[in-house]
Amino acid sequence: MQIRNRHLLGWLEAVPLTLVLVAFLVAPIVMIVIVSFWGATEFSIYPAFQFDNYAYLFGSKVVLSVFISTFKYALITWIFTFAIGFTVAYFLAFHIRSLTMQVALFLICTIPFWTSNIIRMISWIPFLGRNGIANQTLISWGVIDEPLEWLLYSDFSVILAFVHLYTLFMVVPIFNTMMRIDKSLLEAARDNGASGFQTLRHVILPLTKPGIMIGTIFVVTLVMGDFITVRFMSGSQSANVGRLISNDIGLLQYPSAAATAVVLLCTVLIVIAILLRFVNIRKEL
Amino acid sequence: MDRRPPSFYFLSAFFVLFLLFLYGPTFTIGILSFQGPQGGLTFPMRGVSMHWFADLFQEQAVGDIWGAFRRSFALGLMVMVTTVVVSVMAGLAFRKRFAGSAVLFYLAITSLVIPSILISLGVGLIFNQLGLKIHWATSGFGSQLTWTLPFGLLIMFAVFNRFDRSFEEAARDQGATAWQTLRHVVLPIIAPSLIGVALFGFTLSYDEFARTLLTAGSYNTLPLEIFGMTTNVTTPVIYALGTLTTLFSFAVIGSCLLLVWLMGKRRARFGSDAGKGL
Repeated sequence: MQIRNRHLLGWLEAVPLTLVLVAFLVAPIVMIVIVSFWGATEFSIYPAFQFDNYAYLFGSKVVLSVFISTFKYALITWIFTFAIGFTVAYFLAFHIRSLTMQVALFLICTIPFWTSNIIRMISWIPFLGRNGIANQTLISWGVIDEPLEWLLYSDFSVILAFVHLYTLFMVVPIFNTMMRIDKSLLEAARDNGASGFQTLRHVILPLTKPGIMIGTIFVVTLVMGDFITVRFMSGSQSANVGRLISNDIGLLQYPSAAATAVVLLCTVLIVIAILLRFVNIRKEL
Repeated sequence: MDRRPPSFYFLSAFFVLFLLFLYGPTFTIGILSFQGPQGGLTFPMRGVSMHWFADLFQEQAVGDIWGAFRRSFALGLMVMVTTVVVSVMAGLAFRKRFAGSAVLFYLAITSLVIPSILISLGVGLIFNQLGLKIHWATSGFGSQLTWTLPFGLLIMFAVFNRFDRSFEEAARDQGATAWQTLRHVVLPIIAPSLIGVALFGFTLSYDEFARTLLTAGSYNTLPLEIFGMTTNVTTPVIYALGTLTTLFSFAVIGSCLLLVWLMGKRRARFGSDAGKGL
């Protein structure tokens, strides 16, 4: 028997994806929301319907400052990943002339990402440490007399690691949209007397916006949800929301972790909703 | 050819700096993993040796690295196969623009952008409350799929948006059934992209940490094992492990690229019978 109804056939083909998402995305979120109203003793959690967890969250100055530093990390990382990612993508898309060369250079950029995330993070330690390469080089050049203490285990190193880990998430979508810009538009701009900068500002930038938005969504959500980079690179001295959650989990305070998770989720979704107003992702693929 | 504008040289320099930034740390630990037996985690090198690589193979020294590697590898393969099959099915489904596809699409996007630790926490809680045992092959497997499937789906969108539908029409006109069209026309054409999806699935799973953290159960996967090592191992053995895992990724990805290249050659040779009088 042939199935002719496209809706029915479509649904049949989409069943596995739907099942996975319902079981491992929707159900966990629902569970987190439920548990966020539960209570906890030192050893166990018990079902309840109370607002204690949220009352604590919204009343605590510490939590507020943690949220602020989460936004701070996201914003600063975004600025750097965007500036670097846009420049690299621009270079690859408009200054490299052969496709083979573009693909080759692009692959070279992706090779470091074949290593484990955590390995890439710890590989900064011999670089930035008190007796690390950076300090020794600067001392041998006579730039500084004493090792810089803020290179490692600081906000600087956290953001450096974020930029290192996530710039590629900016390069890929921006490069992808730039490659689809019709080159004759650039010629038209030049023929009309636009300078290189004017072309960049009025032609390339607007046409690249969808790629920028997709990259931004990736970087912002990855940074906001992160807990491991902040822990490693700050030497456990800084915190963001992700760390708050993972600390609660470590202490088996699941209801409190769940409430923080709900607030984090809402924050992330609001940020994305704002970003999505600038671009229709489905059209851009 | 036009003369290169000055900006070209400036941007080239920028690009080179970017590459140095990307590669520098990995090279550093690559070099440091050959530290002599007396050497520590930082420079200077105290001799050059394979000591720390040898150390990796003495199991008692560093925990269950090889067990973790086997589990990660098996899990990676499971995730890879599932990702390819499910993404292709979903990709085909979305081409039909069935009712409700927008909801499913946004669900997939949510899955991609939701902080990983939430998946980990939620799945862990559900298994706990249902009295099920968390295990890397069940809860860990499902959690990783929430990260690999949306990626696979996005790649399938990109693939099908560039797919020339006239090939399918031609097959249908020749009397092929829907299944025959899929089997003999669509799948062979998209095969190289499927290798890309497979590679994505495997490497994302192989490196996934946060989503597996609370869902792997009592047997660690490799990223979890490495994470454990970072807190209690203070010798270059961890760099040796880093270098080995990097080489392993190189091998996997290199062989995939080789496969794509071979398929391309084969296709160029056998793909068309035009002008052969067949």
